[in-house]
Amino acid sequence: MSPADPTPAIEVADVVVRYGEVVALDGVSLSIAPGRVTGLVGMNGSGKSTLFKAIMGMVRPDRGHVLIDGAAPAAARRRGIVGYVPQSEDVDWTFPVSVRDVVMMGRYGRQGLTRRARPADHAAVADALDRVELTGYAERQIGQLSGGQRKRAFVARGIAQDARILLLDEPFAGVDKRSEATIVRLLRELADDGRTVLVSTHDLHALPRLADEAVLLLHRILFHGDVSEALRPDHLARAFGLDVLDRDLDPELDRDREASA
Amino acid sequence: MTVLDLLLEPLQFDFMVRALATTVIAAIVCALLSCWLVLVGWSLMGDAVSHAVLPGVVIAYVLGAPFALGALVFGFLAVALIGAIRGTSRIKEDAAIGIVFTTLFALGLVLISVTPSHTDLNHIIFGNILGVSDADLVQIAVLAAVAFVILVLKRRDLTLYAFDPLHTHAIGLSPRFLGALLLGLLALTAVVALQVVGVILVVAMLIIPGATAHLLTDRFGRMLVIAPVLSAACSVVGIYLSYWLDAASGGLVVLVQGAAFLLVYLFSPRHGLIGRLPWARRRTAVAS
Repeated sequence: MSPADPTPAIEVADVVVRYGEVVALDGVSLSIAPGRVTGLVGMNGSGKSTLFKAIMGMVRPDRGHVLIDGAAPAAARRRGIVGYVPQSEDVDWTFPVSVRDVVMMGRYGRQGLTRRARPADHAAVADALDRVELTGYAERQIGQLSGGQRKRAFVARGIAQDARILLLDEPFAGVDKRSEATIVRLLRELADDGRTVLVSTHDLHALPRLADEAVLLLHRILFHGDVSEALRPDHLARAFGLDVLDRDLDPELDRDREASA
Repeated sequence: MTVLDLLLEPLQFDFMVRALATTVIAAIVCALLSCWLVLVGWSLMGDAVSHAVLPGVVIAYVLGAPFALGALVFGFLAVALIGAIRGTSRIKEDAAIGIVFTTLFALGLVLISVTPSHTDLNHIIFGNILGVSDADLVQIAVLAAVAFVILVLKRRDLTLYAFDPLHTHAIGLSPRFLGALLLGLLALTAVVALQVVGVILVVAMLIIPGATAHLLTDRFGRMLVIAPVLSAACSVVGIYLSYWLDAASGGLVVLVQGAAFLLVYLFSPRHGLIGRLPWARRRTAVAS
């Protein structure tokens, strides 16, 4: 990245988040440039979801801060520039809403107090559905879609919202190969529009086609840079807590070692 | 005696007319709220809050304050206590709910027993739909109207909150505010329904209609119509049954609601048990 880079889309500075005695994020610093697709890679429980929540301001860091587009997350949320695609387990798929209803929820931040949809909202929803190729499924109940279609419906919500920054939590879980390719293509297009896309995943094979850069997370940032380099066995081994050289990878011990070195 | 006579006879009595009016009003607003409660997963919370308002109502009675005010204070107090216990100890939420609401309910019972006109207050526990006065009816109608208007105006926000609180937060709305709003409406609605079925059975009116409607439709907008209509119909049937059978009105209102749920649970076209049995599914598959 050159010094002429614009304001980072997301800037995370020395963020610590603890849940009781569990340290989910332990001094995470991360700067993500606009218009890029970044893969956030780590195993379950590595702090990916917590990092997302910290970026959205859903959890308050015990230390450090987050800037979205150079401003506090609350300001970014009011501007409606942060879109979120939840992981499947966090969604009640029996909820009585149609695909169109879900996409319309992206417009609520721009509507009046009763969220009555105006023609511009209907148009934005129709465009977003078209963009993710779900126009024919708009009236279906959200749970009646396939895994990949469900993800696309939520991406459409972010598009309807005109989110400049899209956070996707495990979008490839429970998604077949073809849908995965469709989602990858869609996210690439969104980045080409200048949107910033941050995708958390523990699924590595989609990464080279999807991401411009990769971040390896295990409570701390282990690596941030080229995807191909991130996928090197030694890096992955550290991220997933397996070490080919059988070194002790407990982060506590690691830090102690660094301190004594 | 024709069927029409059977239906019209009770209406000669003013108390029956008031009972029916009160029941329909309470049924509609409770059913509306229940649509969100069942989807947010707050059924247990609804149970807790509707019981925990009892001491508030008794204290309001003693002080001559509006019941709704006492109910609101204790409704929020209950939720605050539940949150505090869960957040500051190793006790899990369901246990915290059980501890708080039973304790507050017990406090209400004790307060009733030491309050001079306890015959009046016992009606809060079991409901006294046949003893509703014109003044009661007015109070219930006003509270119900307030809850109804807020629910209808904020229905999209509440649905968003129920469906995806994280997205609610991400687009700059406050899930905390919407949760508190839903809670306040829950306490308010509990007061409305107290008169009809009593504290103990309020929760039925706050859960069954929404759950029944959820089995009948995949559209939230339709749930908001089906639940109140169904609940009002069941309540009217319950009141009539109580007249003809000379049995507990609150109990019969809830029994009829439960029976309607059972029928829908079994026979709902898409989400009913019978329709989802293997042999039934095979038949549909062949047909389509």
